[in-house]
Amino acid sequence: MAPHTEQLTRSAVRLRGLTRSFEGRTVLDGIDLDLPAGQFTALLGHSGSGKSTLLRAIAGLDHGVAGDGRLTAPRRVSVVFQDSRLLPWRRVLDNVLLGLDGKDAADRGRSALAEVGLAGRERAWPGELSGGEAQRAALARSLVREPELLLADEPFGALDALTRIKMHHLLRELWQRHRPSVLLVTHDVDEAIVLADRVLVLDRGRIGLDLTIDRPHPRSYREPVLGEYRERLLAALGVTEDHT
Amino acid sequence: MTAVTTTTAVPAAQAGEIPQVRRRRRLSPGRRLPAARLIGPLVLLALWAGASAAHTLDTGAVPAPWTVLRTAGRLWSDGTLPTDVLTSLERAGYGFAIGLVAGVLLALAAGLSRTGEALIDGTVQLNRAIPTLGLIPLFILWLGIGETFKVAIIAIVVYIPIYLNTHAALSGIDSRYVELAEVQGLTRLAFVRQIVVPGALPGFFVGLRLGVTGSWLGLVVLEQINATSGLGYLMFQAQNYGQTDVILVGLLIYGVFGLVSDSAVRLIERRVLSWRRTLSS
Ligand SMILES: Nc1ncnc2c1ncn2[C@@H]1O[C@H](COP(=O)(O)OP(=O)(O)O)[C@@H](O)[C@H]1O
Ligand SMILES: [Mg+2]
Repeated sequence: MAPHTEQLTRSAVRLRGLTRSFEGRTVLDGIDLDLPAGQFTALLGHSGSGKSTLLRAIAGLDHGVAGDGRLTAPRRVSVVFQDSRLLPWRRVLDNVLLGLDGKDAADRGRSALAEVGLAGRERAWPGELSGGEAQRAALARSLVREPELLLADEPFGALDALTRIKMHHLLRELWQRHRPSVLLVTHDVDEAIVLADRVLVLDRGRIGLDLTIDRPHPRSYREPVLGEYRERLLAALGVTEDHT
Repeated sequence: MTAVTTTTAVPAAQAGEIPQVRRRRRLSPGRRLPAARLIGPLVLLALWAGASAAHTLDTGAVPAPWTVLRTAGRLWSDGTLPTDVLTSLERAGYGFAIGLVAGVLLALAAGLSRTGEALIDGTVQLNRAIPTLGLIPLFILWLGIGETFKVAIIAIVVYIPIYLNTHAALSGIDSRYVELAEVQGLTRLAFVRQIVVPGALPGFFVGLRLGVTGSWLGLVVLEQINATSGLGYLMFQAQNYGQTDVILVGLLIYGVFGLVSDSAVRLIERRVLSWRRTLSS
């Protein structure tokens, strides 16, 4: 049984000795981690290293997964998935408002859509949106709840390169405005470096590297200083530059 | 339909030539003809009328279309046809309504609770395994030869496909949407109303259309073998007197019932599931 998630009003994640295993195979092997309030953190790791498992544990979505440890997370948590996960039978605005009530909900939904550049598309069906637009709508859906913690599991993984760059800017901008703690799961080293102020590498069930990137934003992939971070991260991932 | 235009690769040696642009062979059947579903029946009707006019048909076996029409007019104005049509419509309508409500309620109970599933699903599967029309003798003994048993049989024919398809759709709800509902903090009721039920609607409509067809099928069978009134009775009597034109009138009306009800369901389906057109187009 996964331990219950303690609800704190303070916006911070705290993991102590978090373990998770599937059919006896340990995926998370005693993770200790603190995410300060308002920090933008990226989590890197190979495919199958347990990134999603960790994120789902923090989101409280891992019903019935074997595991142990202590875990505290804020009350208001939003999750962005790799697929936009919009309900095809609800119009875009109604998707953003899913689970939200109150008199001003619709107004908040509209302004969230405007924030992600989808003003005017409120009445569109999700099937009419492009991949990037759908993911923007998903971002709006997570932001409208004013989360203290935003968990994103490879949210740009299915997007083309150009759209992804635009989405990077958008996410960073939204973070600057709302200041939730962000945990962005990605397998893209460059994405992590450009976006995050701290990059974690998940390796064999533990945090193998915890790197603070103290560079001003907006960043470009071509900044030479970032190359050093890149090399360190790739080394922690066990990849040498010529194999990428 | 979008036409895909491709440029065939040009070897470097011929790079100076204008590349040949060639449309790929189209594999889809192409654009739909207007009123496509009416064309086949109209051609058939024209053949029938033509053959009748040329006297190549034995009018005793296949009367001409105008004879059938005239008979229909006569039966209508002397009051037989309206009564029989109403009786038949009533049977089919009651049976269908009861079957629809039962199918939906049972599917919801079985799809939304494990206890409901344990109690209901196996029972319905058992019911399905028994050909419903085979229940007719038993139902006549239980309910008498009146209207009740007819309505009951039609209701059973209708509820089974509606239950099966709705239940399958309810239990086949995408687990990613369940996860989304948890993340968004939906209550159980909101989850059912906003995700489970709308997600199951396409399956429900499949069942509904089968149910509509089933209600007519049940009606025809019941009225042919247990006719005391209704369209089937009319046709049964016509058989005794060798009135093929009356039998054809009955068959035509059954056909119109079927077509109209199926079109109505399609129309409602298109309205309710209008979001689907964005995906399939
Ligand atoms: N529900 C599950 N049942 C069994 N094994 C699972 C399940 N979810 C994840 N795993 C396993 O746990 C490991 C980590 O998966 P995951 O966290 O999805 O990796 P990542 O997101 O880093 O690619 C993988 O080996 C995967 O096969
Ligand atoms: Mg993953």
